[in-house]
Amino acid sequence: MQNKDVLFEIGLEEMPARFLPGTIEQLETKTAAWLHELGLSFEKVVVQGTPRRVAVTIQSLSDKQPDIEEEVKGPAVRIAKDDAGQWSKAAQGFTRGQGASVEDIFTKDVDGTEYIFVKKFVKGQPAADLLPSFKEVLLSLHFPKNMRWGSGSLRYARPIRWIVALYGEAIIPLEIAGIESSNLTYGHRFLGSTAAIDNPGAYVSVLEEQFVIVDQKKRQQMIIDGIRQLETANGWQIPIDEELLEEVLYLVEYPTVFHGNFADSFLDLPEEVLITSMKEHQRYFPVTDASGKLLAHFIGVRNGNSEHLENVARGNEKVLRARLQDAEFFYAEDKAQPIEKAMEKLSKMIYQVELGTLQDKVDRVTKIAKMISETAGVDQETASRAERAASIAKFDLVTNMVNEFTELQGVMGEKYARHFGEDERVAQAIREQYMPLSSHGALPESVEGTIVSIADKLDTIIGSMVIGNVPTGSQDPYGLRRQAVGIIQMLAKTDWQITVEEIVERTAALFEKNALPTVEKDVYTEDVRSFFHQRAAQLLKEEGISYDVVEAVLAIQIGNYPYTLAKAKTLQALRNDENFKTVQEALGRVINLAKKGTDQGVDESLFENEQEKQLYRMLEQNKTAYLDAASKRQAKEALDTLAAFADSIHAFFDHTMVMAEDEKLKTNRLSLLNQLAALILSYADVTKVQWKQVQ
Amino acid sequence: MNIQNMILTLQKHWSDQGCLLMQAYDVEKGAGTMSPMTLLRSLGPEPWNVAYVEPSRRPADGRYGENPNRLYQHHQFQVIMKPSPDNIQELYLDSLRKLGIDPLEHDIRFVEDNWENPTLGAAGLGWEVWLDGMEITQFTYFQQIGGLEAKPVSVEITYGLERLASYIQDKENVFDLEWTDGVTVADIFKQPEFEHSTYTFKESDTDMLFQLFDMYEKEAKRIMDQGLVFPAYDYVLKCSHTFNLLDAKGAISVTERTGYIGRVRNLARSIAKSYVAERERLGFPMLKEGADENAE
Repeated sequence: MQNKDVLFEIGLEEMPARFLPGTIEQLETKTAAWLHELGLSFEKVVVQGTPRRVAVTIQSLSDKQPDIEEEVKGPAVRIAKDDAGQWSKAAQGFTRGQGASVEDIFTKDVDGTEYIFVKKFVKGQPAADLLPSFKEVLLSLHFPKNMRWGSGSLRYARPIRWIVALYGEAIIPLEIAGIESSNLTYGHRFLGSTAAIDNPGAYVSVLEEQFVIVDQKKRQQMIIDGIRQLETANGWQIPIDEELLEEVLYLVEYPTVFHGNFADSFLDLPEEVLITSMKEHQRYFPVTDASGKLLAHFIGVRNGNSEHLENVARGNEKVLRARLQDAEFFYAEDKAQPIEKAMEKLSKMIYQVELGTLQDKVDRVTKIAKMISETAGVDQETASRAERAASIAKFDLVTNMVNEFTELQGVMGEKYARHFGEDERVAQAIREQYMPLSSHGALPESVEGTIVSIADKLDTIIGSMVIGNVPTGSQDPYGLRRQAVGIIQMLAKTDWQITVEEIVERTAALFEKNALPTVEKDVYTEDVRSFFHQRAAQLLKEEGISYDVVEAVLAIQIGNYPYTLAKAKTLQALRNDENFKTVQEALGRVINLAKKGTDQGVDESLFENEQEKQLYRMLEQNKTAYLDAASKRQAKEALDTLAAFADSIHAFFDHTMVMAEDEKLKTNRLSLLNQLAALILSYADVTKVQWKQVQ
Repeated sequence: MNIQNMILTLQKHWSDQGCLLMQAYDVEKGAGTMSPMTLLRSLGPEPWNVAYVEPSRRPADGRYGENPNRLYQHHQFQVIMKPSPDNIQELYLDSLRKLGIDPLEHDIRFVEDNWENPTLGAAGLGWEVWLDGMEITQFTYFQQIGGLEAKPVSVEITYGLERLASYIQDKENVFDLEWTDGVTVADIFKQPEFEHSTYTFKESDTDMLFQLFDMYEKEAKRIMDQGLVFPAYDYVLKCSHTFNLLDAKGAISVTERTGYIGRVRNLARSIAKSYVAERERLGFPMLKEGADENAE
């Protein structure tokens, strides 16, 4: 016997392009795991896919499982032998069960107890007998959406139409949803026909003869080559968008690149409109000149060869022309409708039933933007531009263009705002309000845009929470998590003296005023708090801050995020510093003991020893230095002023009985500790930090 | 090929595949899917194969006959096969060949498009079929209808006749299409397009339409309770069209919109349930005779 190649191909009605990368990835992992589980060795698993098929090739599969000698564990020796030292019924039963006899018994120590064992020979099964179980792998695939078809009840990505299963030259018997495996595959829908695969090694070339390039990497290269050729021949630049390339790749079995043209007059439309029409709606690659300026051409990829390519180009030109004519009409209509006129429609559009119309939202966002400007202390001109931007931020939602191309919200707003003579930065802020568009996407560049974007997101998040819509698990239809992350990311880039808590609270107060909340105040306050807390924790962890440090700096509040981040970084660096250990102990003791009382005010006349006086004096003296460093967000300096307390704290505890019998003394000492603890906690709850030595 | 010949060709093709040729249903509707020939008959276990042309009204798309691509009323050629045959894609592609579209001379693709009609509690998975980049057909495997699981699964093929014709006849403007030799779409439909647009956007009596909606809804409920499924469904269609007229006029705010859609959906759901119950009571007659009919 010898190693052989294996081929599985499952033929489907056109799978959605977006399903394929994930399906291929799953098949790679699951096939390898399946083979490992079976104990079959192999050289390589190759997974290939087109819209109509996914194929798994296993190269050089061993012909059978290895024979193995297993040691089978029986009962403990004390049970296996009777009082006379003979093998007991239990031992005999065990060996019989394993097809052995008591002569085969040997003993071994397992965790301090002697057990009896026998050796068992397990003969490896032939691969041919095991391969039909690949069906389970195929049925275990997860797709973004499943469907049923015909009279069957199987749910799969798309209807299954054929299965090829070959072990060397032999067909592996396998049946799914009434389809029996064979060695017959199907070629390109129009250019190819049915073809027999004699052995797995012939798969790729047989399909190529039938106009199917089954290897996605090769198809990708054909597309790129085709694009580059057009670039060279015409002196064009064709930027290849990776996402679009991947989609197009999985829309075709045999790619042929072609180009089409549209009238120059359409170039007067905003570039974003042209690009969206081409990319999103028609899956074309736009063409530019050397300077990056759009040209009146587009690149498409046909699923077929180059015969009659001119028909295909002409048809595609016709479709694009109709789309661009629509866009042209919309653009002209929109530019004739002043902003204030568009705004009138917002009061007729519901934002969310409980939260009123879009106009209501705009009104709130404008107030929030104003509040942020005040809290952040931005200059008057910036503040009024931000306010103006917020007050017209949503006007483009009622334009024809955004109705047709929803992904252009904000983008069209910016253009129309400019057209109507709004300040350049007001226009920019209208576009930037939606940023970041994805987690870790670009942030607004202008201060105005940052203010409006934060305000819009605060309104969305807190608005949802006051009516009880809190994201749970995978349910986050409005993307609230991403928006909260966005807020913190934007704050991280500012030098504003502003805490997350104060803008959140002041926003919530706006909802209170309008009596909108439908859930209890303490419920939504807690929802909002823990929601932002989790997002801040997530961002800190992404910065490389360990879990315990994150919990320490967020113990009281998120506070001013850039400062919180700086504190976390400072603690993270010291986390491995042995010298700091005594500091942590000292500060931690203060925090822990302070919990036994509250600050009732310190009476110096009640001090009994020098160490008490010293600690209090130090508190009085260093407090200002600490607060000063904190307000300047100097994380290292602030921590240094706290660290300076360590010796005095240790001395204090060495000489002072805090929990004294005398209530007055006890209260006084706990008050002192509470004042100090408040200072420490405003930095971080250092008791949460685990000071780990790095070797 | 003119539109009339396209229809004849498609009718012959699908008749040859065992489809009943039905006529357009005589109540206004937005899509061929809403004909009881599709919506109700695709429910339950009985086999059902049918093809028909459906004039479909979309008041909001009315453009007074001035837009080269949009119409108040367009025509769909609708095919339903239950259960969906294994070679359905091939059958469809053959129909294109018969319309003179040689796939070797074009680029034909099946691009993912999942269809959902919340008003009818209906959802399906499938594709839009692209011909050289233009969507010419909706191709859908029904998964749910009227809130009920579709079992067996019906496949629905909806050709946009004007779209397809504009490609076959190579015309830029829908009104230039030839319905039959020497008669264009403009000759037949320009005046109604203008008048229906005028009515929809300017002249319709909003108060009356709101009243009609309520009356139709009430009547649908009343007769549904008496087990009169088909008449009840006609009133649901009337509700739906009345809603579309009101919506096109901008008479329905976004909040109210959700409410109205919900009302129609609830009606459609109960009718779907009643239909299946009624067929069951009758012993699913076509299930028994299905085999004989196919043998003829």
